[in-house]
Amino acid sequence: MNIENLTTIQQSVKETLDIRAGIAAGHKRNVLICGGTGCTSSGSVKIHDAMQKALEERGISDEVKVIQTGCFGLCANGPIMIVYPEGTFYTHVSVDDVDEIVNEHLVGGKEVERLLHKEKTASGNVEPTSLSESQFYKKQHRVALRNCGFIDPENIDEYIGRDGYRAIAKVLNEMEPQQVIDEMKKSGLRGRGGGGFPTGLKWQFAADQPKGKKYVVCNADEGDPGAFMDRSILEGDPHAIIEAMEIAGYAVGADEGYIYVRAEYPIAVHRLQVAIKQAHEKGLLGNNILGTDFNFDITLRLGAGAFVCGEETALLTSIEGHRGEPRPRPPFPAVKGLFGKPTMNNNVETYANVAQIILNGADWYASMGTEKSKGTKVFALGGKITNTGLVEVPMGTTLREIIEEIGGGVPNGKKFKAAQTGGPSGGCIPAELIDTPIDYDNLTAIGCMMGSGGLIVMDEDNCMVDIAKFYLEFTVDESCGKCTPCRVGIVRLLETLEKITDGRGELEDLDKLEELCNYIKSGSLCGLGQTAPNPVLSTLRFFRDEYVAHVVDKKCPAHVCKNLMQYIIDDNKCVGCKMCSKGCPADAIHVNDGAVVKEGKKLPYLVIDQSKCVKCGACIATCKFKAIYKS
Amino acid sequence: MKKKLTSVTFNDSAEKREKLLAVIEEYKGKEGNLLPVLQKAQEIYGYLPPEVQKTVALGLEVPEAEVFGVASFYAQFKLNPDGDIAIAVCLGTACYVKGSGQLADKVTEIVGLHPGETTSDGKYSFEATRCIGACGLAPVMTVNGDVYGRLTPADVAGIIRKYQ
Repeated sequence: MNIENLTTIQQSVKETLDIRAGIAAGHKRNVLICGGTGCTSSGSVKIHDAMQKALEERGISDEVKVIQTGCFGLCANGPIMIVYPEGTFYTHVSVDDVDEIVNEHLVGGKEVERLLHKEKTASGNVEPTSLSESQFYKKQHRVALRNCGFIDPENIDEYIGRDGYRAIAKVLNEMEPQQVIDEMKKSGLRGRGGGGFPTGLKWQFAADQPKGKKYVVCNADEGDPGAFMDRSILEGDPHAIIEAMEIAGYAVGADEGYIYVRAEYPIAVHRLQVAIKQAHEKGLLGNNILGTDFNFDITLRLGAGAFVCGEETALLTSIEGHRGEPRPRPPFPAVKGLFGKPTMNNNVETYANVAQIILNGADWYASMGTEKSKGTKVFALGGKITNTGLVEVPMGTTLREIIEEIGGGVPNGKKFKAAQTGGPSGGCIPAELIDTPIDYDNLTAIGCMMGSGGLIVMDEDNCMVDIAKFYLEFTVDESCGKCTPCRVGIVRLLETLEKITDGRGELEDLDKLEELCNYIKSGSLCGLGQTAPNPVLSTLRFFRDEYVAHVVDKKCPAHVCKNLMQYIIDDNKCVGCKMCSKGCPADAIHVNDGAVVKEGKKLPYLVIDQSKCVKCGACIATCKFKAIYKS
Repeated sequence: MKKKLTSVTFNDSAEKREKLLAVIEEYKGKEGNLLPVLQKAQEIYGYLPPEVQKTVALGLEVPEAEVFGVASFYAQFKLNPDGDIAIAVCLGTACYVKGSGQLADKVTEIVGLHPGETTSDGKYSFEATRCIGACGLAPVMTVNGDVYGRLTPADVAGIIRKYQ
């Protein structure tokens, strides 16, 4: 394999990629079906297989190419299908729709109107909207996700067709290792795993170690529950990570790499395995890469589900085959890392930017973003948001733009309350700060953190004390137990929060919480413990009145905490049908003495026995007259 | 992570045991081999009962305590077998803010298990998982790997009934 071979492969896939890019219009069609985890959960693999079969039956499988891609991002509307060259954007496709799409569209040439993606336009009408016109995509700027939803991740030729492995070729033929590192420094790229440490500096530390055995590691142990940026990159563009690790290996002087990926990501693991095999076969991984004397190989290590393993020293301990407990730093991994050797570790999304920086230059990359946070950031939008999915925006985009414009706002007419970033290590951004431009420093300034990119939207129905408790339950569960402030401290925090949500809280608990949080932050060994109190501190800072309502008024304003709320039947709305009584699993709704007289008729008088009620909400769900409310 | 020991009787077979010994042989002496061996052992047996942990410890020449230490540390390793009807509710953040906590309560109410438990007859198991990646369908539960999304507590009983 050499550069001429790369060009030949690039030529061979040009036609099909041009069709997708809208440059070439021919009679041949490409049907792209999302094969990310989200769409796969709603049956996209079956759709792919049924489509392939239907095309073969009609003898047109040569004219229509069906491709299973990575994530398109708009997970809320999955399964997603796009037909090129028209660019027809189908959403909520099911396997039963396949025949109609084949007959009407692929054979008949007429789009299936009812399956077209529709959005509310400026005029207020809901109309079919193309991919490029969709509000969801308009404000996005895709660098790390550039190939996701565009190429077949299991076909190395398509990656090469998108200038794949050109960056490693350039580095090997035209650049000294130090030049590569200087380019990374100049680009301003910072670690996308959450810490935001300058990537170029990290590379420099590892490169500065004496020559000898060194390792390059990719942290693909995405532990924040509800975040799926890294997974989607691995599923949609695995070769980008392999190429970037090679570039890093060349820069720091390492010949071996490890990818530590969660075993719970079977699709990502499979695609990485396929990609590593294909890169080997083409001479793009292994010995004498691209005919040079540079050797680099990658081993895949499956993580086994421990949040703490996202912390880099714990991750290294886990690769070594032990319980994933962190190690004190110094020595830093750059000095003494995996198997005691100098190790450079970056997160998936960080790597996903590397080849683009090499090809387009540091200045291009640094032209995006804010003064101290360059480039773009991928966020996994989830929770109470219309467009659940994956978005990539330039640093400095405001939270309002992400939530209201790209995300389509909070559904069901509810009011936006807060957004949570950084998962169990992060904090909340309240509604009054919705115009904050998102970058590392702005988030830190308001007691939040960028984190890996989970962005959970909450509305008026979410209780902030309950959310803090949820994250604490998670970190208590995931604490490795090695150091006391974390092992014992966060359990005490959780107990205090349980006391408050149970209605036993006192005002002084709030001060105690704050004090203990600060001890844990300063005393814990690793990032897990140091950041675990953040959800508590952040909610205390912005939603103290909600804590006070729990403690003083013994009320949960969002009606979430069970011990601080009741279900009540509104006599004015109740018609006495007794449906709620029949549906109550705790047998807590009875006909009481007395009667309600409505329009001259005597109706049964239903009441909820609060001592029996388990607060499951079944009565609200069964009542057709909306006569039951929470108080 | 707190894990519960199993009350289900261990059923070995010559075929499974042979597979396990082959895996141990393949990884013996390699750096960082304990995790991959336990992952393969779980692929073979579906979970990691004490008997399997012991075989791994003897084969790789590491203390049993270390094997148990690793098996009990990571969420992926199951000390209890999946039930014939394996129920899981996603308690990732995206599902939680949309009410998956109530789904989990409902499952407990119906099958009488708390997360991480299997009935001693091996019929049901219940697991609370972290994000399974179907955030667009939140809140979700899975039964024997089939994904059910956009649920309310009222849907739970009907879904479980399908598998009975």
